[in-house]
Amino acid sequence: MPGLRIDREVLIEAPVEVVWRTITEPDQMSLWFADRVDLVVKPGAHGYLGFGDQGGPVVVETVDPPVRFSFRWNHPSGEEPVAGNSMLVEFTLTPQGTGRTRLRVTESGHELRDWPEAEKQRYADEHQEGWGEFLDRLAGVLAGRRPGGQDDGAGG
Amino acid sequence: MTAQADDELWSAIGDPSRRQVLDLLVNNGAVTASWLAGRVPFSRQAVSKHLAVLERAGLISRRKQGREVLCQVQAERLDQATRAMAEVAAQWDRRLAMIKRLAEAAQAETRRGAHHDQ
Repeated sequence: MPGLRIDREVLIEAPVEVVWRTITEPDQMSLWFADRVDLVVKPGAHGYLGFGDQGGPVVVETVDPPVRFSFRWNHPSGEEPVAGNSMLVEFTLTPQGTGRTRLRVTESGHELRDWPEAEKQRYADEHQEGWGEFLDRLAGVLAGRRPGGQDDGAGG
Repeated sequence: MTAQADDELWSAIGDPSRRQVLDLLVNNGAVTASWLAGRVPFSRQAVSKHLAVLERAGLISRRKQGREVLCQVQAERLDQATRAMAEVAAQWDRRLAMIKRLAEAAQAETRRGAHHDQ
């Protein structure tokens, strides 16, 4: 799995408590997430998510009802997942007026591996542009050039 | 699974200095390491290290031209990165849409229940 950073959100017409139950109760999780959910939603709990014939272990990190839930996955087998060897998935629930919730999910990985806090902050400040935008922009520039445009006829 | 290869790809792009190098390569075609070093706020040595990481991840290639070594972006690999990124994002969008549907249905159910109770 890529060590990228994904940041998505959705506005839900239901109060945070309802959204919280939807994202954290295993029988609900099996409806939107994995086919098989063996998980106790407690900090430090080890669980398993199965997707068809694939799947993998997850370790719960933060459980702060009804506003924050996070877990780590995609760590090398046999290793404890920590920052640097795994992907962190974080759900943040924010009440919006009465009975609405803004649900945000981020998935981030080892691009911040071993970076000191100050460095991470600098990165966040200087690179507001997400990876998606960065890659889109590069892809756009590349699409605008013909392959081999810089070649002197030698390249294949 | 190509998890290892992906790992290399993402950690290669994840570093802001390497993104800067990649950016220069994308915008300027085939150039030398010295040319790059003149345009980034870090040392020639650092440029060499970043180029090595980018090459290992398959994002750039190097070729000799006369006495110079020219570095160039591998468009296909970059394209692959863009698609992989879009796929992971789309996956989360699908999951969020499903959570929305489930939570809103549960909420509607609660409301109906409350009505009956009154």
